[in-house]
Amino acid sequence: MTEHELIIIGGGPAGLAAAISARKAGLEDILILERDNGLGGILNQCIHNGFGLHTFKEELTGPEYASRYIEQVQNLAIPYKCNTMVISISDKKEITFINREDGLCVVRAKAVILAMGCRERPRGALNIPGYRPAGIFSAGTAQRLMNIEGYCVGREVVILGSGDIGLIMARRLTLEGARVKVVAELMPYSGGLKRNIVQCLDDYGIPLKLSHTVVEVHGKERVTGITIAEVDANRQPIPGTEEYYSCDTLLLSVGLLPENELTKTAGAKISRITNGPVVNDMLETSIDGIFACGNVLHVHDLVDYVSEEASLAGKNAAHYVQGGSNKGDGQYVEMEAAGGVRYTVPQSLDIDNMNDQVTVRFRVADVYKDHYISVYYNDTRIAHTKKRILAPGEMEQIVIKKDSLKEYPDLKKIVICTEVD
Amino acid sequence: MSGKDYDVIIIGAGVTGCAIARELSRYDLKICVLEKDEDVCSGTSKANSAIVHAGFDADRGSLMARFNVEGNQMMEDLSQELDFEFIRNGSMVLCFDEADKEKLQALLKQGEENGVKGLSIIGGDEARRREPNLTDEVVAALDVPSGGIVCPFGLTIALAENACDNGVEFRFLSAVREIRKQENGYEVIAGNSKITASCIVNAAGVYADVIHNMVSEDHFEIIPRKGEYCLLDKEAGNHVSRTIFQLPGKYGKGVLVSPTVHGNLLVGPTAVDIDDKERTATTAQGLAEVMRVASLSVKDLPFRQVITSFCGLRAHQAGHDFILGEARDAEGFFDAAAIESPGLSSAPAIGKYIAGLVADKAGASQKSGWNGTRKGIIRPSALSQEKRAELIRKNPAYGTIICRCEGISEGEIRDAVTRTLGARSLDGIKRRVRQGMGRCQGGFCTPRTMEILAAETGLRMEEICKNIPGSEILRGAEQQEVNSYDRA
Repeated sequence: MTEHELIIIGGGPAGLAAAISARKAGLEDILILERDNGLGGILNQCIHNGFGLHTFKEELTGPEYASRYIEQVQNLAIPYKCNTMVISISDKKEITFINREDGLCVVRAKAVILAMGCRERPRGALNIPGYRPAGIFSAGTAQRLMNIEGYCVGREVVILGSGDIGLIMARRLTLEGARVKVVAELMPYSGGLKRNIVQCLDDYGIPLKLSHTVVEVHGKERVTGITIAEVDANRQPIPGTEEYYSCDTLLLSVGLLPENELTKTAGAKISRITNGPVVNDMLETSIDGIFACGNVLHVHDLVDYVSEEASLAGKNAAHYVQGGSNKGDGQYVEMEAAGGVRYTVPQSLDIDNMNDQVTVRFRVADVYKDHYISVYYNDTRIAHTKKRILAPGEMEQIVIKKDSLKEYPDLKKIVICTEVD
Repeated sequence: MSGKDYDVIIIGAGVTGCAIARELSRYDLKICVLEKDEDVCSGTSKANSAIVHAGFDADRGSLMARFNVEGNQMMEDLSQELDFEFIRNGSMVLCFDEADKEKLQALLKQGEENGVKGLSIIGGDEARRREPNLTDEVVAALDVPSGGIVCPFGLTIALAENACDNGVEFRFLSAVREIRKQENGYEVIAGNSKITASCIVNAAGVYADVIHNMVSEDHFEIIPRKGEYCLLDKEAGNHVSRTIFQLPGKYGKGVLVSPTVHGNLLVGPTAVDIDDKERTATTAQGLAEVMRVASLSVKDLPFRQVITSFCGLRAHQAGHDFILGEARDAEGFFDAAAIESPGLSSAPAIGKYIAGLVADKAGASQKSGWNGTRKGIIRPSALSQEKRAELIRKNPAYGTIICRCEGISEGEIRDAVTRTLGARSLDGIKRRVRQGMGRCQGGFCTPRTMEILAAETGLRMEEICKNIPGSEILRGAEQQEVNSYDRA
């Protein structure tokens, strides 16, 4: 069986950044396995700009952002295989993949980085009543058909869900001459970035109806119309509020799910909240030497944070290969998400072996105005930062410094929560 | 053949029509199947409980009882001959009230009289020992070891392919608009053509009344009885191992919870009579009802893991029994009508029976060279690693995975399109190889699948349909005039 030092599953933004950072940390033998026909992942279909403001201090399109990493991978001569599907990973880090050239192969890795990204929630998951005609697309599928393949998916469109891809597609469809009649959002707030609501809906006069959902799909062959209705506090449609929109297309942008089928074949522990693997501060899963980063770990809002997180995973994986696991040697402290914070990544911290500082990312459960983000070591509040607005669509982060933990020798848990005052 | 185009025209390419076609293909007859949609298995046969019933709940002496029990017994061998998925997973009928135990007893007696083997009544605790997720309200259950589950697409498509390989022609997008009696036969106006035949078999599902009433004065009416279902992710597929029924009530067998042959969990159906033969729309109330009633049987059903919901129409008739045989006042016109549950289970037996009647009428003899076996589409994921590697070496298309969720390769999709009676639509591909049937429901694989379908059929991307014309996925081209097409 062939063995590699590091195998990275996925050649999107996470996999690319992880590979570059692992090579820079001194790893020679790296292999990237990518299922699509080229590197870059979902960025390739994101032809709008706005990527890389944090990383490169300029606004790039998705393909531009990806190409900066692809060029580095090529310059560093990091091997990769495209059109290659990993079908399983064992807890011994044996990876089975298939492609046209190699057929079915089993390779062993000293370390693995999971970077498979996420997928969209489909219509079925929402149990939307009505017919099942053509013309219902998840926003990303429509985006691929338009931006990569160059086809028109619809002329009159209703969008359910105000996730970022849905908002971006509202603008994209409008620019292509389609009429986007309304964006309906089940929740009383948008799931997307504020800037996308302004730039993609407001600028084009597309109405956003919060606390609304689709209650019927009309049309047997192709969508002919959509009925939406307002929902009450329990998210149940309110009778009498139905509005009919004639249209030929329904786009769904109703959430992203980390794609962890492979993670499960390896037996790694999965968080019920993030739907990604549970990781420590090294971004290592419950299985020694298997790391995770990017949207497979938790869904990000900005690709810059994906790249940053993936660089860390790449570096940590390199250290793991060079020096073996530290896991189990140190003292682990659980991170606890409480009071309006839904989860944290990482979920635990090895306070003896951690880096000088660790970035903890999280999302909140609701829209909070003028709330504080607080950090507790055991019962002592050690940070208390006022935020004008906190929203589920935007990822938040805090930094934990190793130095700050020294004064807490009997630290049992670190709590991150929102507070009114 | 007395100057007719065909000896036999079969109307409807659902499971019943295809079963009849396959049985009739044994005979020296020229046969044509007319189907209104673009593919076989496009009506009731595609949206049902996917159950092979044991046959205990049909009234004794009924055609349903006879053909259900016989069909159930045929299913094992047939699944070997035609290479489709069938599992005899057993079923249970639950009783929630001590007072209803008599009904359970009556069901057992009826089943035994119908010829169902192995039935027994067990207590609630024993039922929960066998199926740990049953609710505490279960006080007793009828245990039915001969119950099974089948892939309804797999069964129907296998029957059709085998019929076609044995010489039966299929005409799609050929809705029958008119039937005229002629001397020694009939003239049928279907799609854009006129065709003649000595005999007609009516297997038109919810439209069987319309077809029958074109030629017979003994009118009957088929009432579409709607059933809504939820399909759950494979992660929920082991929630029960048997098919779990509730004691039958006025509107059928109650809501069932069952694993599918593919490892998903199926919950449904409702039963509501409607007047529109095309209304396969789900409703919020219906889906809520399914979830509520199913939860009486099985606890902790993970409805967060619903991946799709759908609605099927049963071809119900007031007499609630199959209508099988030659019409009294229309010689050579045979009905296989009012085929509602247990129609899927009965199809192989109905096929054999109707084919026998038609062959007798036509005075046909069995032909030589009939081949009753058919190989299904190769599923690389079911092969050993060595075999799969070898397959990819021989045909690299099996090395490209198109549908990630179900692990379906380009090779399988090409096979689905290019084989006998190959798919012409995305739904057709989905029913043959499960592309897009997984948890992402085609989110990633739809564009690639469309490209393969376009390349193999010569269709333009803008012409690719979900199912029938009018269901184009893209909005590029102006609508084209639609013509029926023939396959042989």
